[in-house]
Amino acid sequence: MEQHWKSAKGLFGAVLGPPLFWLVLFFMIPMGIIWLYSFGENRGLTEIALTGTFSNYLRALDPLYLKIFVKSVGIAGLTTLICLVIGFPVALAITFAPPKAKTWLLLAVMLPFWTNLLIRTYALIAVLRTEGYVNQSLEWLWNGLGAGVGVLGVGALGPFQPLELLHNNFAVVLGLVYVHLPFMVLPLYSALDRLDTSLLEASLDLGAGHLRTLLTIVVPLALPGIASGVVITFIPALGSYLTPDLLGGPDSQMIANIIERQFKRANDWPFGAALSFLLMYMTFIAIALQAMLSRRRREPG
Amino acid sequence: MAKRPAPGPLEYLRRWPLQLWLAGVGIFLYAPLVALMVFSFNDSRRNIVWQGFTLKYYEKALNNASLIEAFVNSLTIAAVSTFLSLILGALAALALWRFRFPGKAGFDGALALPIVAPEICLGVAMLVFFAKVLPWPQGLPWPFNLGAIIIAHVSFSFPFVAVVVRARMASFNRELEEAARDLGASEWRTLKDVILPHMAPSLIAGAFLAFTLSLDDFVITFFTSGPDTVTFPVKVYSMVRFSVTPEVNAASTLLIVLTVVLTAIALKVQGDPASTAGGHAALDRPQNRP
Repeated sequence: MEQHWKSAKGLFGAVLGPPLFWLVLFFMIPMGIIWLYSFGENRGLTEIALTGTFSNYLRALDPLYLKIFVKSVGIAGLTTLICLVIGFPVALAITFAPPKAKTWLLLAVMLPFWTNLLIRTYALIAVLRTEGYVNQSLEWLWNGLGAGVGVLGVGALGPFQPLELLHNNFAVVLGLVYVHLPFMVLPLYSALDRLDTSLLEASLDLGAGHLRTLLTIVVPLALPGIASGVVITFIPALGSYLTPDLLGGPDSQMIANIIERQFKRANDWPFGAALSFLLMYMTFIAIALQAMLSRRRREPG
Repeated sequence: MAKRPAPGPLEYLRRWPLQLWLAGVGIFLYAPLVALMVFSFNDSRRNIVWQGFTLKYYEKALNNASLIEAFVNSLTIAAVSTFLSLILGALAALALWRFRFPGKAGFDGALALPIVAPEICLGVAMLVFFAKVLPWPQGLPWPFNLGAIIIAHVSFSFPFVAVVVRARMASFNRELEEAARDLGASEWRTLKDVILPHMAPSLIAGAFLAFTLSLDDFVITFFTSGPDTVTFPVKVYSMVRFSVTPEVNAASTLLIVLTVVLTAIALKVQGDPASTAGGHAALDRPQNRP
């Protein structure tokens, strides 16, 4: 039984005090300041007057910024969908793997997850850039093909045109999928692992095919896990800064890049603060939707 | 060799379409990293063609004073923030596990905020906090100049530790504690000899998690670091912005090796990775709460 705090005030204070102090001073207060600034106005270079204005939020509705919000949600949504499609079969295979293989497969999924995000993004740049591994390999193939065509006397293929794989929206989505795939696979695995396999076996025994079993038994039962995988992937993808910054082009800016610009270059803190809190609210909405979904699943009926 | 029986109905791993799928995903996840590591040994600045084995880019990276400084900074920050996060996280978990108190749900919810809040939001919050409320003194001797970054890292790491420790404490049999108390053990003695041993595996998982989170962080550090407090990710970022060089490949390879070694140690100490998925337990958390 949990102890009432009054029965051991000293101990309670010693245990709760430090983390509470840290959380308030070094998290709540910084966030609170940003929240207050979002209702403020720039006065001079460094002064910000808290005037209670909503103009910063209204400015975010400007088509220029609204477009970036919509685009960010779109990119994050597409990333999540691709991760789900790629990750579900992986999670399924891990779930029903023999124990030893399961251990190694889980490790294989988790290791990139522990690897530095910047290094992973950098590795992708090296693969995708104009002189990158993909283009170099294609050029090699092209030249080989060209030589073959030359021997046949049909005519030259012309010089190789490298593919523009980097600094566009394609690279951003690819990079986000690359980075977030483990976020999807792990919750899917933990949901599938909790499934009662006898239900699946019954379905297969009774003549349903694998696809039908998957769609009518596995997916509905694993829906809370799928929902948490979706949210866990969607939230960081929506707020990602590094991937669009390094892999994207001039028109692949996402919300986080706009926020960074307000704080580091444009020096418009109130507007940046408002954008930050809009991103926070979107995060909360995603979590709330997911919580509602899993609660409805849990209620019998 | 005896022919293996046909795959059972649920042995998806032994069906070729799934094997193909797994192989594809494996290549997707690992090929860029492997290529990065392999070409750090290539004796050529630009070309993909293998020109021979060399260690000169490692020599270059290791002689790059600012890169080494950034690396030492990162390790120092990770070590200190892990230590502080362990203490704060374990205390928070103990408070939530042990006591009933008014505002408990609020504290619990607030503790989840740093986990779910987008990094960029925490980053700008820290930027403003250290600019307006607590200006970190400039020109302090090392390692005190890293204070602001360490504080920021603890803020987003210790809730993860709290989640992992709390999950572990859920399996603690409270009667053990009562028995210890009945047998005359003091509060401190009970904590040291009964509760801590049970908590230990989660402390290791939490330490691993906090260390990796700190070492990995770019965004929040980017907003709290000054010109003389550069961490490894921030340094690599500024190098990558210019160009792709084998030197960065070499430095990255070293960090990847460090990550693999740390993971191996954590697994050795912890056992099954299925239970070591500390990050996973933490990530799984906001939605598992009723």
